[in-house]
Parts: sequence; structure tokens; C-alpha cells
Amino acid sequence: MSIADTAVPTHRPRWLALDKLGVMIALIAIAGAALPFALFRANRIVPGETRSLLDALPTFQSTLLIIFLLVGFVAALLRVPVRAKLAVGFVVLAALFILVGQSATYLTPPDNTFARVSPGAGFWLLVFAFALLVTDALTRLRFAPLVRIGILIVVAAAFALLLWSGSWNDLSMLKEYATRAPAFWAEARTHLALAFGSVAIAVVIGVPIGVLCYKVRPLRAAVLNTLNIVQTIPSIALFGLLIAPLAWVAANVPGASAIGISGIGAAPALVALFAYSLLPVVSNTVVGLQSVSPAAVDAAKGMGMTGWQRLAGVELPLAFPVILTGIRIVLVQNIGLATIAALIGGGGFGVFVFQGIGQTAMDLVLLGAVPTVALAFAAAVVLDALVEMTSRGGRRV
Amino acid sequence: MIEIDDITKAYEGTVVVDHVSLTIEPRSICVIVGTSGSGKTTLMRMINKLVEPTSGHIRIDGQDIAEIPAYELRRRIGYAIQGHGLFPHRTVGQNVATVPKLLGWDKKKTADRVDELLSLFQLDPAEFRNRLPHELSGGQQQRVGVARALAAGPNILLMDEPYGALDPVIRAKAQEDLLSIQRKFGTTVVLVTHDMEEAIHLGDKIAVMDKGKLLQFAKPEEIIAHPATPFVAELIGTSERPFRLLSLAKVADHIEAGEVGGEPIEASASLRDAYAELLWSGRPALPVRRDGSIVGQVTLARLSQLAARPQ
Repeated sequence: MSIADTAVPTHRPRWLALDKLGVMIALIAIAGAALPFALFRANRIVPGETRSLLDALPTFQSTLLIIFLLVGFVAALLRVPVRAKLAVGFVVLAALFILVGQSATYLTPPDNTFARVSPGAGFWLLVFAFALLVTDALTRLRFAPLVRIGILIVVAAAFALLLWSGSWNDLSMLKEYATRAPAFWAEARTHLALAFGSVAIAVVIGVPIGVLCYKVRPLRAAVLNTLNIVQTIPSIALFGLLIAPLAWVAANVPGASAIGISGIGAAPALVALFAYSLLPVVSNTVVGLQSVSPAAVDAAKGMGMTGWQRLAGVELPLAFPVILTGIRIVLVQNIGLATIAALIGGGGFGVFVFQGIGQTAMDLVLLGAVPTVALAFAAAVVLDALVEMTSRGGRRV
Repeated sequence: MIEIDDITKAYEGTVVVDHVSLTIEPRSICVIVGTSGSGKTTLMRMINKLVEPTSGHIRIDGQDIAEIPAYELRRRIGYAIQGHGLFPHRTVGQNVATVPKLLGWDKKKTADRVDELLSLFQLDPAEFRNRLPHELSGGQQQRVGVARALAAGPNILLMDEPYGALDPVIRAKAQEDLLSIQRKFGTTVVLVTHDMEEAIHLGDKIAVMDKGKLLQFAKPEEIIAHPATPFVAELIGTSERPFRLLSLAKVADHIEAGEVGGEPIEASASLRDAYAELLWSGRPALPVRRDGSIVGQVTLARLSQLAARPQ
């Protein structure tokens, strides 16, 4: 608190002041409330008609939502305790997600299977505003890593419950899902295999390369520069560039096509994702090893540890949080990047994105995009928590 | 016994250690003192092969260390460094157990040894065994560093500026600990420092180095009384010489008969402390106390004679 704050005695309670970020959240929320809440279309590809907050829901529900929004608005705007902001933020988000499903049921004419109801711009802005309130509150509260993972699990479970209860079944995205459920889960498996598989290969190959670069100094610049160049190739180009060499390998190396290598499909996608992962993994391994206290390394040497014992017992454990940070970067990056694999027949959620763009069916695009974003977000939260847990105490000496 | 025989180390033409020979007696403390860049640390690091000499030989108890694999040699030699070099991800107990584990001691023997050493350094094993280094104070970390160096009971202990990061009070305590532990185990200690005061206080013999050359290797009294070169004299500090000389002896060795009044001084104090007390209190003599009873006196006149340059 500065001198100016204390010099003028004020009798206003602390919470009656404006919260700076809160003002922005409130403005976004006002815009969100004014814009259409839902979008109604006679079938999946015609342009829609907008429905405002008041028209999109029965009177009782819309009044309820408006009350919730007002409470949220006040909680965001004023300097109320952070925990209160967090609680209100979660409640408003829950109300929004539950009521958007009810809105779809309310707006869909009975027995009409062609009509589509999707969330409107207003809904998305409201969600954005209160998600901002929640993330800001979470950042300020500095919860322990395990608590953060716990919150993530609770939120995921809440969404699972919403989906399972069928209250969203009238939303357009879920209607797209209903007609292609088996394909959705197959592509989900492919997507996960591509993202996690490529990161796993990058770790298995990248960490040893990083160790080698650390031990053999002249190698460092050459390897890191080469990987830097790979990183600058546009992703679509890299996917395309790999078609020819892999097709050649599939045709000419005995057994290659038997294990799934071909010019198009999952193999080039996996290779491209792996190539993008290599630089962050290798460079973080090098940086992590370099940041190990020289005194600890000297002591390890002076006490008679062999090179391997030093690496396994001292250097790698101390570098681990930094290496894990690199893995976090590539995992989140590859979950997003794997959507492009669909372009070369590699599968994954990108299949729905590109089909949706082709049919100008935005709901189908969302069916591919929303799970991708959710997965990347969850991976980021979990790995951030792991990085924090492994770096506790260890690096402060 | 450590015999350093005409050892030279050069890095790309720059000579860091220049034809140094010296013999360190078993169960003694040898302090290598010099300014930074004098080659003192390099000389010490050649004893456990952290640095390979360009030419010359080092023998430990008659055996040339060139014949011993580096990691095997190092496990037999204690090594403690400035900033302690503790492993931040391992507990105090695991840190101390490093060399016993490398040597393949069984769990029971290792655990007993860890507790024994922690107790020796006034760290309650039950309280400190499972703590991480960053939870300890600087002085405690330094003690764990030395305990770790002594874990496998080495005959030789190398110490590189072990007290550099400590404040004066804790440093004095750590130095006393080292002296008593060295007496207890009979370890041969080679200690590198830039602090002549520390060298005189700890060293049975002092090796003064400058620009890679060994200028003088002698007992502290000899170095103070007869510095071999102007540089050695400068390191001692001309105005400090009489006091450094007094700091080498204890009151106990210079007690005279007679009785005086006033606040007594302990027989275990150094002559330097006694001299300072005489001057400060303005008395010509102090009563000397040993085990709680007065056993004689120490006089200003006697101390003034002792502080004069030995002939």
C-alpha cells in the first residue's frame, strides 16, 4: 500500500472499489448479454436466425440466468474476496452450460430432426468473460499443484455428467456427434495416438540427443540450428514434403509398408509431429543440464561417481523439471497440430474440422475443434502441475 | 603421506602450476595459500585427479596415483568444496551416504555411519536426516558437506575454500570443528584458502603459492618469522606479524608463577587473546584459570618478548 493510500482516511469498505480486470470482464459480459444467445437454423447448412437471451429460453429460465449474470457482473466488477469471485464464476459458467442445452430443447420444434440450434456469439462471449474471471481467480489463489489437478477433474466430471444426462442432446454439435459417434471415437483414438505417440518418440530420441549435445560441446550449435530450421518449416508444407520420401521407403524397403509406413496416412503425420517436437525437447534437455549447479557436479566428480552415475544420479534428476517443461510445450503443441494430419489422411479430430469447412457446417468444425482445445488445455494444466511438483525445493540451492 | 614430485600443469601454453614439489606428512594439516590465479586449487585438484598433471608424479603412501583409476582414487579421498556442493534433490542423509553407497556398503552400516557423522557435527540425526539441503542454514550445509566428505572414513581430506561463504562467527566454529575432528580421526587434510589468518590458525605447515610457483613450504612460525620472499611477507601483513605469532601459542604454555587480581583468562585461550585483554583492560598481568581454579599468571612483559621476531 502506498503512502497516498494511507494518507487519506477512507470509510469505504475495501470491497467497494473497482477491480481493474473486473471492469474488462464486465464490459465483455455486457456485450455478451446484448448479443444473440442462440442461433436457430431450419437445417444444418442454411444461414441462421438469431435469438436473444430473452427469446432463447422460457421466461423462468431466462430470468434466472439474468439474475445469475447480474451477480456475476457485480462479483467481477468489485473487489470482493478472490474465493467469492471464483465460486460465483463457476456458478455462472455452470448456469450458462446447463441453460444453453435447455435453450436448444426449447427452440427446436417438436419432431423436427432437420432444425439446428447452436450457441450464439453472446453465449461464447459470456463464457469467455466468466472463464476469464475463473482463471484470474485461480491464478491469484495459487493453489497447490494437486488441488489444481483436482479442480480439473471435477470440471471434467461435470461436463461428462452434462453430456451423459442428455441435456445437451438438442444442441447442433451433439446432433452432428449423434450421426457419427463411432467415427468420433475412432478419430479421437487416432488423435491421441498421434499427439502422445509423437511426443513419446521425441522424448525417447530427443533426451539422449540433448545429453550428447551437453557432453559434446561442438555438437551443440550444429544440432540445435538444424532443429531450429525444421521448426521454421510451415506445418502443412512439412506434412506434404514427407509424402514423397515415405512413399519411396514404403515401396522400396522390405517390410516397411507392413508396419504401416506409407506416403499418406498416419505415418507421415507422426513423423512430422515428431520433427516439430524434437527441438523443444533437445534444447530444454541441454538448458536443464546446463542449469545444474556446477558445485554439485564437481562434488559428484570429486567423490568418485562415474560419468553414468553422475548423469543418472545428479544431472538428469536436477534437469528434470526443465525437460518436463519442454515436454509440456510439445504435448500441447502437438495436440493442436495433430488436427492438420487429417489433410494427408492421417485421421484425428482434424477430419471433422476439414469436413465441416468443406460442407460449411460450422457445427461439424466445432465437433473437431472443441475436444482438441479441451485436450490441450487439460494437458497443459496437468503438466504444469507436474513441473511445479518436481521442481519443489530441488532447484533453490 | 602425499608426495608431490615436480608437478607441472599447463593449459595451452599457460603454466598454472610450475614444477611444484612438496611432501605432506600423514595426520597433518597442510594449508595451500595464495591469491586467486596462484594455482593453489589446481594443485589440490591434481591430488584426486580432477586435473591431470602435464608432467610430474603424485604418490600417496608410496603408490603413484597415475596407476589408480580416477573414480576409485576419489572414493578413497574426502572432498569438500566452497558452497558445499550438496545435491539439492537428495536429503541430508542421502547426501552423506553418497560415497558409502558408491562403495557398496550395506544399508545398516551406511545408516549407522550417517547418524554417527551427523551427531559428530552437532546435527541431530532424527531431525536432520530427512531434510533437504535448502532447508538448512549456511553453516549447517557446510557441516553436512564436510560430513559427506568424511563418510567413508578417508585417510585424506581435500578442502577447497571450505569456509569462504560463511560469516566470521560460524567460520571460527567450523574451524574449531575441523581441528577436533582431524585430531580424532588422524586424517591428513589438504586445505586451500586465500586467507593467511585461516592458514596460520589451521595449518601444521603452510604452502604459499604465487603465479604457479611454490614460494615457501614451512611451519607457520617459520613463515611469519622468516618469509622467503617479499610476496610472502606481504601476504602475512607486516603490521600483523607479532599478533599472528602470538596467535600460534596457548596461554597454557606460558604460565608464570604469581598471583594477581581481576578477571581471569582461560588457559586454553591463545596468547593473542591474552595480549588483547591485557592491553584493553590496562593491566600488566592476568590470572590464568584452568578447570575453574587459578593456576598462575600471564604477563604483558613476557608476551611482548614472545611477540618479537624470533632470532
